[in-house]
Amino acid sequence: MNSRHVHRIAIWSVLILFAVFFLVPLYVMVATSLKDMDQVRGGSLLDLPNGLDFGAWRKAWSEACTGTDCGGLKPFFVNSLLMVIPAVLISTALGAVNGYVFAKWRFKGSELMFGLMLFGAFMPLQVVLLPMSQVLGWFNLADSIWGLVIVHVLVGLATTTLFFRNYYVSLPDELIRAAMLDGAGFWRIFWRIVLPLSTPILVVTLIWQFTAIWNDFLFGVVFSAGDAKPVTVGLNNMANTSSSVKEYNVDMAAAMIAALPTLLIYVLAGKYFVRGLTAGAVKG
Amino acid sequence: MSSPFATRLARWMPRLAVAPGFALSFAFIYGLIAWNGVLSFSASRLLPNYEFVGLAQYVALFESERWRVALVNLGIFSGLFIGVGLALGLLLAILLDQKIRAEGALRTIYLYPMALSFIVTGTAWKWILNPGLGLEHLVRGWGFESFTFDWLVNPDMAIYTVVIAGVWQSAGFVMALFLAGLRGIDDSILKAAQIDGATLPRIYWRIIIPSLRPVFFSTLLVLAHISIKSFDLVMALTAGGPGFATDMPATFMYAMSFSRGQIGLGAASATIMLCTVAAIVVPYLYSELRGERR
Repeated sequence: MNSRHVHRIAIWSVLILFAVFFLVPLYVMVATSLKDMDQVRGGSLLDLPNGLDFGAWRKAWSEACTGTDCGGLKPFFVNSLLMVIPAVLISTALGAVNGYVFAKWRFKGSELMFGLMLFGAFMPLQVVLLPMSQVLGWFNLADSIWGLVIVHVLVGLATTTLFFRNYYVSLPDELIRAAMLDGAGFWRIFWRIVLPLSTPILVVTLIWQFTAIWNDFLFGVVFSAGDAKPVTVGLNNMANTSSSVKEYNVDMAAAMIAALPTLLIYVLAGKYFVRGLTAGAVKG
Repeated sequence: MSSPFATRLARWMPRLAVAPGFALSFAFIYGLIAWNGVLSFSASRLLPNYEFVGLAQYVALFESERWRVALVNLGIFSGLFIGVGLALGLLLAILLDQKIRAEGALRTIYLYPMALSFIVTGTAWKWILNPGLGLEHLVRGWGFESFTFDWLVNPDMAIYTVVIAGVWQSAGFVMALFLAGLRGIDDSILKAAQIDGATLPRIYWRIIIPSLRPVFFSTLLVLAHISIKSFDLVMALTAGGPGFATDMPATFMYAMSFSRGQIGLGAASATIMLCTVAAIVVPYLYSELRGERR
């Protein structure tokens, strides 16, 4: 009995030690963001803030400088919202239709089509950056939010198709066949039977796409300039703006602001987020 | 009853429904890959031009000191990121699988970094690892006056700070995958082994871990894939510096293509990245799609 207790205590200690390791950066971010610069310079990393001073948050939101302009993170945050909403909705809708066909209406060559599309979820995106920036230029979409929306839809399509296909494969074929005998066609079966059964995978896909697109930096930094930059680019520029006085409290507040939407989703719907992660990892 | 046209339309509807998405994806993926390939054989510098120069860009690429540093860094980073990530994730999953109270809370804590952008976590770690005010300052404040931890600004060590932040970000994800695998193992195997008198560590080592092979494989694949593409984390943490000490293929490609006016070289480096990923992923995709049909 005694050695059992020792075991339990050992296991718990290791688990808690790692919990601390994972939590410390979040604590440091929050604590630093609530300090003033005197305390940041005078105190140490793990000190609790002296009080609840939201000055750094206010500054990060609307005054801090990113490069040459000093309007805070707010315009970038708004850009990210304007970009993420259409991109998530369009890529999810297209993925649902694709997944429906690839799972329930297979035809000659559809497996190959699926395989060819799937590669898009894996390829290093560096390989499309140069040509894509030319294409966006031709269509006058370079440096615009719509350009980013289009790129995110194209990239996301492989993933959303995969998610929906894997989910629809598990729906019984009899369901479709019975509806066909009743005279329902392709779209009617989709709207009336398949879509109403899709809530779980819809939630997973929406959360997954929201997180992926909100957190993107590569496309944001390559395909946007001036007024169309997303929040990750704004944050990175702010944190890398070299000025004589580095305001770490403002940087940390800005990092928290950029993190809040996905963090919120994770706290509220973590289960679905995890399901997306595992679905993304165990492909096919 | 319905007109022949309507019948034919209905028969073709599934194809018509996937056609736009497929055409767009196909053009996007393979069209742009081909285009990038063409650029990598061209003399493009600041602007694309299509003067064919054969393998000159690839030769220049592998003669470039900076690219070689990027490859070595990728080797160091992916080796440690995958190795430590797998070990840590497996350890956490096995410990969590021992019917731990508060398992849900611990899982949430381990996994939340994965919800954040690499830019956010990079910014946070940059502050923690800052030699002047971060960890070094903290430990000196505890009385260890000579403690130094300047990896972030030390060209020889900076790549390891990327590993720390990367592992911190992804270990929870590996844990989640292994935990799912562990939960899928039949309890009766365990009980039988216990009746035979095998100790718990032995059961794990001999029976459970070997049966997790498919999970190992897909986790390895995902981690390898993340490390080859890693860009955000490096940009936020070190921006490739000091100098180009923490450059990786992805940051090299970005620098050449978008700030150094070496488009041909950038395209060549992207092609090499593509080939590396394809060498890992294509056999995997093939076997997955094949295996399913059987």
